[in-house]
Amino acid sequence: MLGYYLDLALRSFKRNKVLTTLMVITLALGIGASMTTLTVLRLLSGDPLPQKSGQLFYVQLDPYPKDRPFSRSDKLPWLNTYVDAMNLVHAHRAERQAAIAMTQVKLTPTTAQQHPFFSTGVMATADFFSMFEAPFQYGSGWSTADDNDRAKVVVIADYLNDQLFGGANSVGRSLRINDEDFRIIGVLRHWAPQPRFYSLYLGGPNYGKGEAVFLPLQSARAAGMDPINMMSFAADTQALEYAPTIWLGVWVQLPDAVAVAEYKNFLAAYANQQLALGRFQRTRFGLSGLMAWLDSQQVVPDNVRMQTGLAFSFLLICMVNTVGLLLAKCLRRSGEIGVRRALGASRQAIFAQFMAEAGLIGLVGGALGLLFASFGLWCIRQQPAEYASLAHLDMQMFLSTFAVALAASLIAGILPAWRACAVTPAPQLKSA
Amino acid sequence: MSLHPMIAALRKHKAGVVLIALQIALTLAIVCNAIFIIYARIQNVQRRTGMDESNLFLITQQWVGAPSGDDPASIQKLDAMLREDVNALRAMPDVESVTPINSLPLFNSSWNGAMSLKPGAELRSGNARTTYYFGDESLMKTLGLHLIAGRNFTAADVTNKGFRDPSEASMVIITKTLADKLFPKGDAVGKVVYLDGASTPSTVIGEVERLQVPSVSSWASSFVWNSTIEPVRLNANFSRYAVRTKPGRLDAVMNQVRSTLYGVNPMRVLDDDSVKSFMDIRAEAYRADIGMAALMGVICLILLAVTAAGIVGLTSFWVGQRHRQIGVRRALGARKIDILHYFQLENLMIAGGGAVVGIVLAVGLNRVLMSKFEMDSMPVYYVLVGLAVVVVLGQIAVFVPARRASNVPPVVATRSA
Repeated sequence: MLGYYLDLALRSFKRNKVLTTLMVITLALGIGASMTTLTVLRLLSGDPLPQKSGQLFYVQLDPYPKDRPFSRSDKLPWLNTYVDAMNLVHAHRAERQAAIAMTQVKLTPTTAQQHPFFSTGVMATADFFSMFEAPFQYGSGWSTADDNDRAKVVVIADYLNDQLFGGANSVGRSLRINDEDFRIIGVLRHWAPQPRFYSLYLGGPNYGKGEAVFLPLQSARAAGMDPINMMSFAADTQALEYAPTIWLGVWVQLPDAVAVAEYKNFLAAYANQQLALGRFQRTRFGLSGLMAWLDSQQVVPDNVRMQTGLAFSFLLICMVNTVGLLLAKCLRRSGEIGVRRALGASRQAIFAQFMAEAGLIGLVGGALGLLFASFGLWCIRQQPAEYASLAHLDMQMFLSTFAVALAASLIAGILPAWRACAVTPAPQLKSA
Repeated sequence: MSLHPMIAALRKHKAGVVLIALQIALTLAIVCNAIFIIYARIQNVQRRTGMDESNLFLITQQWVGAPSGDDPASIQKLDAMLREDVNALRAMPDVESVTPINSLPLFNSSWNGAMSLKPGAELRSGNARTTYYFGDESLMKTLGLHLIAGRNFTAADVTNKGFRDPSEASMVIITKTLADKLFPKGDAVGKVVYLDGASTPSTVIGEVERLQVPSVSSWASSFVWNSTIEPVRLNANFSRYAVRTKPGRLDAVMNQVRSTLYGVNPMRVLDDDSVKSFMDIRAEAYRADIGMAALMGVICLILLAVTAAGIVGLTSFWVGQRHRQIGVRRALGARKIDILHYFQLENLMIAGGGAVVGIVLAVGLNRVLMSKFEMDSMPVYYVLVGLAVVVVLGQIAVFVPARRASNVPPVVATRSA
C-alpha cells in the first residue's frame, strides 16, 4: 500500500513542481540551519569524559573576607588558594584528588632550526592523569614523590612529540621550558576533552587541541612559572603559595553517593577548622559534579546558544509554512479525494496517503538539509573560534537529521491530511 | 469596499488564514529581535576607542634566559633591557613614537582594579572599577589620546617596578568618564585617589577625553570607559610596545621590526602573533560579533523570503479556487482594480492580524532573551518598523497572485465550473 501512496505522491509532486520545490527547499533550509547549530551546541555542551564524569567533582571553598565577598550575587569563589588546595590534596580523603592551574610556557626546541614558541601548560599534582584517564603513548605520569621533590619532569602531548621528536619515543629526553630543562617521562596519546572542564577559570582555552605540556605543580612553581589567572582578595606581597590569592582548581574522584556524603562532611569539617584558625570567615563550600559544574558556569558561549534558538525558531516557521502549502495542495485535490473515497478508500487510507506524501517531502528535504548542514559546518570551520575545527557531522547527527526532517514533515502533514480525509465524497463528485 | 463579504470569505478558509497569520507573527517576532541584536552588535563594533587607530601597532615579546624579576637587581636588569628595546624602536626610520605598555584597547589582556577616594577602601566597589594602562611619557602621543585637562607625564615622572610589585604610582591620568564618576563637580585634576585599596595616595594630574578598556566581554561592560594610565614601566620577562609610525609607513616598519629587535638581543621569542597592527587587533576583537550579525542578517532575509513564498503559495491557491466567483464579480461589473484591491485588502487584514499577535510575541521573546543573555530591552520603534516590514512584505507577495486574479475574464462566469 505504501508503494502506491508513494507513487501517488510522486505524481502529485510532478503536477505542482513549483509548490513542491518550495516546500522541500523551505524544509531543507530549516533542517540545515538547525542541524548546523545543534552540532555545534552538542560539541560545546557535550560530556568531556563520558565514562568518568559521574565520579568527578569540583571543590569550592570561601576564603574571602565577609566584607569583601568574591561576588556581589554571593557566588562561591571559582578557584582555591594554594594553602587550601594543598590541604585538600594532602588530606587524601577522596579516591583521587588533584590541584590544577594553567600557565603559559615558552618552549625552546633542542634542534637549532626551530624557533622558540609559546604554548599552554598544565601545572597539576600527581593524580591528574589517573583521575582524568589520560592515555599514555610512552612512559607514564609522575608520582606524589616527584611532586614533593619538585622533580623536573614533564609529560608532553602527542602533537608536541610529533612536532619536536617526529613522533618517536622521547621518554628520557629533555625539553627546555622557560629556560629550564625538564626530563620527559611520558607522552600522551591524543587527548583533548571538549569542553576542557578542568581549565575553566584557569585561563586556558575551553575548547581546542589541548595543552602541550603537563608539569608537576610544585616543580613548575619552583621553576618560576606563574598561573595565567589569579584573583587576590587582599593586597599581597608574598609568594603565591602563601598569598591571599585564588588560582587553583581542585578536582576529586568519588566513586559513589556514600563517598560524596563523606567528602561533604569532610569539607564542612575542614571549613569549620579553617574558621577556628581564623583563615576563613564563612564555612560554606561547594562540591559539584562535573556536568553540573559545566552547566552552572554556562561554558557554552552565548552566541552559540542564541544561534541555536534562532535556528530552531527558523525551523518552526519553515514548518508552519510547509503546513500552509501542503494544505493548499491537498485542498486543491478535493476532487481526486472524492473519487478515491467513492471507489472505496477509507478515511484512514486517505490520511495515510497524505502522510506518506508529507513524509516523502521530509526525506527529500532532509537529504537537501544535510547538504545545507554540511555547508553550514564548513562555514563554521572557517571561523576563528577555538572550537571551529571540531565542527563535523558525525553518524549520530547524520541520522538525526533525517529523523528531525521526517518528524518535522509528518507533524506538518497532520493537519492537511486530516482535512483531506474529512472531505465528503458526494459534493466533490457532483461538482466535478 | 465593504469588509463584510471579505470576512465571510476568510471564515471559509480558517486553517489557511490562521497559518499565514501565525507565520507572519513568528516572522515579525524573530526578525525584530534579530535586527535588534544585529544593531546592538554593530553599535558595539563601531565604538571609537579614543585612540588614533591608524598607523599603530603592538609588539609582544618574551626574553629567553632573562632574570627572574624577583629581586631589585634583576628588575633593574629587566628595565635596562626594556629601555634598550624602546630606544632601538625609537631610532627606527619612519617611527613617530614608541611606548612600553601592558595592553591596548580591544587587546585580549587586561589589568583590572578599582579606584576610590578613601585609603584601604573596598576593592570591588562597583562604580569606580577601572583598567590600568602602564606606559611612559610617550604613551599619550603614541596612542593619540586627547588630553582635556591637566598635563601629560614628563620623563621625570616615569618610574619602573616589577610585575608583581603591588605598590602604586604617585600620579595617574584618568579618563573623563572615570573622573566624572569620582568627582562629579568636574574638578578631578589635582585631587587624590587610592588605587586598589592602597593606603598611599596617587594624584590625578590629567584627564583624557576617552580611552576604552581592553576587554570587550560582557563582564567589563559596566566600566568600558573607566581607564587609568600610570607612568610606570612594568618589568617582567616579557614586554609589550605600542609603536606609532609615520602615515602610510605602517607595513614597512612592521616588516622591519623583528630584525631590529633581534639585532638588539637575539635571545627572545617573537612568534607569528607578536607583531600585530591595531587594525588586526580590532578585527579579532569583534570577529565573533560581526560573524553573529552577518548570520542573523542572512537568516532574517531567508525567513522573510520563506514567509513571502508561503503567502504567494496560499494566495495562488485561493485565487485558483475562487476562479469562478471572480468571474461572476467581474461579470456583475467589478473592475480589474477592484479584484486586485480585494486580494490586497484581504492580505492586509491577515497580515495585520498576524502582526498584532507578532508584536506580543516579539516583546515576549525580548523578555525571554533579556533573562537568558546580557541584553537590553527592545525599543518600541523596532516593533513598529518590523510591523511595517511584514505588512509591506505581504503586499509585495500578494501582488502577483492578485494580478492573476484581476486578469480572470468575466466570461468565466458563464461557463459551468
